[in-house]
Amino acid sequence: MTHEHARLRLKTWSFAVVVVFSNVFGNFFLKRGMPPALATPLAYITVLFHPWVALGVLLMIVWMLSRMALLSWADLSYVLPVTAVGYVLVAILGKVLLNEQITMQRWAGIGLIVAGVALVSGGSAPQTAHPGTETAGPGQ
Amino acid sequence: MKWLLIGIIVASTTVGEVLQAAGMRRHGEIRDFRPGAIGRALTVLARNRFVIAAVAAMAVSFFAYLGLLTIADLSFAVPATAVTYVLETVLAKYVLKEHVNWLRWVGASLVICGVALVSL
Repeated sequence: MTHEHARLRLKTWSFAVVVVFSNVFGNFFLKRGMPPALATPLAYITVLFHPWVALGVLLMIVWMLSRMALLSWADLSYVLPVTAVGYVLVAILGKVLLNEQITMQRWAGIGLIVAGVALVSGGSAPQTAHPGTETAGPGQ
Repeated sequence: MKWLLIGIIVASTTVGEVLQAAGMRRHGEIRDFRPGAIGRALTVLARNRFVIAAVAAMAVSFFAYLGLLTIADLSFAVPATAVTYVLETVLAKYVLKEHVNWLRWVGASLVICGVALVSL
């Protein structure tokens, strides 16, 4: 049980890292490549072939698949707050890469997110509802 | 227009992610990550009704988000869509039957406040 627990936790953390990084960089490239306006429905399709947007979309596909894999064993109510650490990464990348200021308010927000992530990841196992018992409701 | 897009994004993201979690839970834990096994898993998942509906809802969310980014800043888009955390945690408890203990509620609440502070 403890061995199983440790295995699941390590796997969960590895996938959470991929989910967070692909989402952060995917959004970054999307925002970078988006034109000022999308006038016609066709523009929504042609914009996908812009290099930065295409790279962003590729990373969003990685994000979606890794998140699906993560959700195949971990609870949604666990994955949601834990992957929110991405917001912290965005703020830090903004400071390091784009020289953006991190105000006191943003530091406070970063602190709250980190505290929330620590509470959820430290305070509960990734999985509470067991697979294979979907009609019987929660396990344990 | 801005608020209409926010409404579409919040609704489709919430529905899409809950359906995705339900579909993946039904599929069961993915254990084999060799390319062939991943291909087989994708083939199975492509016939999973929950996953199909989730992908459709998330595509709506994605294009609405692209539209929103052209008329609004990330600093508006991100906190406005953070409300999905609340909705999804509630649905995780009542629809997906997860055990949302008090640590998860407190953690999710801290994250929502933190997201608002970071992006406002």
